[in-house]
Amino acid sequence: MDFISILSIFVMACFVGYYVVWSVTPALHTPLMAVTNAISSVIIVGALIAAAADGSTTAKWLGLIAVALASVNIFGGFAVTARMLAMYKKKER
Amino acid sequence: MEHVAPPAWVMLAYLISGVFFISALRGLSSPATSQRGNRFGMAGMLIAVVTTLVTHEVASLPEILGAIAIGGGIGWVTARKIAMTDMPQLVAAFHSLVGMAAVLVAAAAFLNPVAFGIVDADGLINPVSRVEMGLGIAIGAITFSGSVIAFLKLAGKMSGAPILLPLRHVINLTTLAAILGLIGYFTVDQSPWIFWTVTALAFLIGFLLIIPIGGADMPVVVSMLNSYSGWAAAAMGFTLHNTAMIITGALVGSSGAILSYIMCKAMNRSFISVIAGGFGAEAAATGGPAKEQRPWKRGSAEDAAYMMQQAESVIIVPGYGMAVAQAQHILREMADVLKKQGVSVKYAIHPVAGRMPGHMNVLLAEAQVPYDEVFELEDINSEFAQTDVAFIIGANDVVNPAAKTDKTSPIYGMPVFDVDKAKTVFFIKRSMGGVGYAGVDNDVFYMDQTMMLLADAKKMCEDIVKALQH
Repeated sequence: MDFISILSIFVMACFVGYYVVWSVTPALHTPLMAVTNAISSVIIVGALIAAAADGSTTAKWLGLIAVALASVNIFGGFAVTARMLAMYKKKER
Repeated sequence: MEHVAPPAWVMLAYLISGVFFISALRGLSSPATSQRGNRFGMAGMLIAVVTTLVTHEVASLPEILGAIAIGGGIGWVTARKIAMTDMPQLVAAFHSLVGMAAVLVAAAAFLNPVAFGIVDADGLINPVSRVEMGLGIAIGAITFSGSVIAFLKLAGKMSGAPILLPLRHVINLTTLAAILGLIGYFTVDQSPWIFWTVTALAFLIGFLLIIPIGGADMPVVVSMLNSYSGWAAAAMGFTLHNTAMIITGALVGSSGAILSYIMCKAMNRSFISVIAGGFGAEAAATGGPAKEQRPWKRGSAEDAAYMMQQAESVIIVPGYGMAVAQAQHILREMADVLKKQGVSVKYAIHPVAGRMPGHMNVLLAEAQVPYDEVFELEDINSEFAQTDVAFIIGANDVVNPAAKTDKTSPIYGMPVFDVDKAKTVFFIKRSMGGVGYAGVDNDVFYMDQTMMLLADAKKMCEDIVKALQH
C-alpha cells in the first residue's frame, strides 16, 4: 500500500472514531477507556513480527517483551471491561 | 528490498479486525449493547493476532506463546482482583504498558528493519518509515513515563499535589522542539544516537508534563494519555502498513481526545491550561482573601434520616470523597430504604466527579444502583428547584455556586449543580477545615437550608440507615 492510501484510511478512521465516541453514553466512559486500552494493544501485531523474525536477537527479545506487555493489556483490558459492563443493570420492574 | 504487498485476504482480515474494533466502541452507546460490543473487540483482536502469526515465518513460536501466557495471565488475574475504586490507576497502568510496547516495537523495527519490510534498495530504512518510527517511539515513551507518574499519583504512592519546577514551560518547549528537530534530522541521517536520544528525551518530557498536574485534573490527564496511546499505535501502524493498527490507533486517539475535551469543558478550563499544570497550587499559595468566620449549622444522622423520610424527592450528588470512603454500597442501601418508604431517589453525576471519566457511574453500578436512576448534569440540573433534599456526599467544587456568580473565583464558569435551589441540603464532609480541590470556600455550607454532616461518608451513611430503620 502506498503512503496516500494508508493516510486515507487513517483520516477516515479518525472521523469514524469522532462520531462513534460522541455516541458513547457518559455513564460508560470508564469502560470506554478500558476497552480502548485493550484494543490499542493491537500493537501486539508489531511485537509478534519482531518476536517471530530471525536476524537480530536483541530485536527478538524486545519483541517478546512487547508481546508480554501487550498481552497483559489485551487480557486485562477486555476482562476488566467485561466485569464492569456486567455490573450495569436496569431497574427491576 | 521494497515493501511487498501482502496477499489480499490478509489485508481483508486486518480490515475486518478494524471494523470489529469500531463495533466494540459502537456497542458502548448503551449499557444494553455494550457486552456484545466487548465481544466484538475480543474477536477483532483474535483475528489480528492469528493473521499475523500465520502470515509470518515464526522462528520462535514456543517463546511467543509463553510471552502471551505470562502477560495474559497477569492481566487476567489483575482484572479479576482489582477493586472498582482502583480503576483509575489500573487504567493508567495499562496505558503505560501500551506506551512501553510501542517503544519496544519501534526499537525492534529500528534494530531489525528487514523483518518489518521497511528498507530500501541500499539497505537503509525508508525516510518516511524513519519519521513514523521516530514519532511512534516518541509518543510511546511519553505515554509510558506520563502514565507511570499518573499511576503513582492516582495510587497515592506519590503526592497528588502539583510539583512545579522553575522555568518548566521553557524546559518542556525546548525538549519538545529538540525531539521534533531530531526526528526531522533522522530522515537524512540514520545514526542510532539520534534514535536513542529522541527516545530518552521523550521519556523525560512525559515525566515533566505530568508532575505539575494536580490530583483533580487527573480525569483530563488519564484521557489525554489514552489518546496518546492510540496515536502511538497508529504511528506504528503506518510503519507496518497495517490497517487494523491504523484504524484502532485513530479510534483510540480520537476517543481520548474527545474525553479530554469533555472533561476540560466540564471544568471550564482550556486544555492548554490543564497541561500547563499547577492548578490549585497557585490558589493555595496566595491564600486568597482572609476568610471571615460565618455561621453554619451542624446536622446529625437522625436529622438527615428524618428529613429524607419526610421528603418526596431526594437527589444524591456523589464525588471523589465517596470513592475514598468506599461509601457507595451503604449509600445504595440508604437509597433502598428511602425508596421503600416511598421517596423518589435519583443520583446526579458531574462529568469531572472522581478521578477519571465515568468513575462515579462505575462505582454506583458496582453497588447495584440501576443505571436509569443515575443522571448526567444537564439532564437533572433543572430538577433541584423542585427537590426536597439534595444529599451531597464527597463532592464540593461541583456544587459551588461561586462558579455561577463570582467572577474572581478560580472555578468561575464551570457548570455546577444548582443544589442551592433545593429546599434542604445535607452536606457530608469530614471537617469544616478542608476546602475543595480548587481551594475555594463554598457558600452552600453557610446557607439557611444547609446542614453539615461532619463525619466519614461511610460512617455517616451507616448511621443514617440505622436511624431510618427505627
